[in-house]
Amino acid sequence: MQSQDLSLHFSNLTFEGYGFECQIIQGEVDVLQVVVEGFEELPVYLSITENQILCISYLWNESEVDQEKRAEMLDVMLEMNIPMPLSSFSRIQDQYVIFGALSTHSSFDDIAHEIITLCENAVEAIAAMTDFLN
Amino acid sequence: MKVLSKLMTAIRGGAREAGEAIVDANAVRIFEQEIVDSKNHIKKAKDSLTSVMAEKMQAARKVDAIKNDIAANEGYAEKALAKGDEALALEVAQKIAQLESELVDHQGVHDNCAVHIEKLKGQIQAAERQIVENERQLNMIKTTESVHKATAAISDNFAQSGSKLVNAKESLERIKKRQEMREDKLKAAEELNSENFDKSLNDKLKDAGIVDSSSPSANAVLERLKNKQS
Repeated sequence: MQSQDLSLHFSNLTFEGYGFECQIIQGEVDVLQVVVEGFEELPVYLSITENQILCISYLWNESEVDQEKRAEMLDVMLEMNIPMPLSSFSRIQDQYVIFGALSTHSSFDDIAHEIITLCENAVEAIAAMTDFLN
Repeated sequence: MKVLSKLMTAIRGGAREAGEAIVDANAVRIFEQEIVDSKNHIKKAKDSLTSVMAEKMQAARKVDAIKNDIAANEGYAEKALAKGDEALALEVAQKIAQLESELVDHQGVHDNCAVHIEKLKGQIQAAERQIVENERQLNMIKTTESVHKATAAISDNFAQSGSKLVNAKESLERIKKRQEMREDKLKAAEELNSENFDKSLNDKLKDAGIVDSSSPSANAVLERLKNKQS
């Protein structure tokens, strides 16, 4: 599976009522930025490795966290990992993220479904966690 | 190689420059080479397994053939004895003795093969498990590397475009506002639709004379007021 193929496919696709906008970010590892219609502030970043497709969306930065409530927030995030469909919380450096990992054998529909679910989960997660954020 | 704890140490160390490898690239290459080597070992072990299995089957066939031969010769010896031909019976008995010693040899080969096969199968299974484990660990390293490189690419892209990651709360507000707006629009469109529907239905009913189409007349009002008084 190539980022370019995905990009072309998604750009021409409306899935579950959503349109997509794609852009390839070139680097040592190519990243496909997918913006779902209606979730423009929360782009999903896809990177493809040998055995999985990682879909990541950035939630908030460490600097946005109310440091007094930080431990409680981490607790809640850990507990919410399982109830959240298809996605999990993680952190990359000082960015809190929500992500889903897919098999490289996934269909375009699976990937599209994952991306939309990720956006919806991201919005829900931020809404649920606003008390912990500045 | 306890990869997860190594990764943890590397990530928690945190002093890494962006783009710097988490695990020494050379170590990754060595690890990959180990996997390739194990796969080659398995291939060789499977080749010898095939030939040992063939050897065992050959031995088994030979053992069966000798057993049949012995049984047949025992029959001949008994018949010779029944006829009182002791000399012939002895000759056959010698043949049987020779066959029995051959049987022991071939049975030995067969049993050795069986032991060897079990050993090879065990080795192959162990090596296969090791490969799965090594590949899982290698994936952990590669995924971590890939995520960090991807993050570097994303932040470079942000830096180049002059934009920055938006504050989470602001993002949420904007998204919610847009969702509300869309819902309002949908609702308005629905209302508009149903109004139009009611209107056109009413028109049709009037046209059909089912609903009174005349405007209320002064006489009708007067009549109603009179009825109220009485």
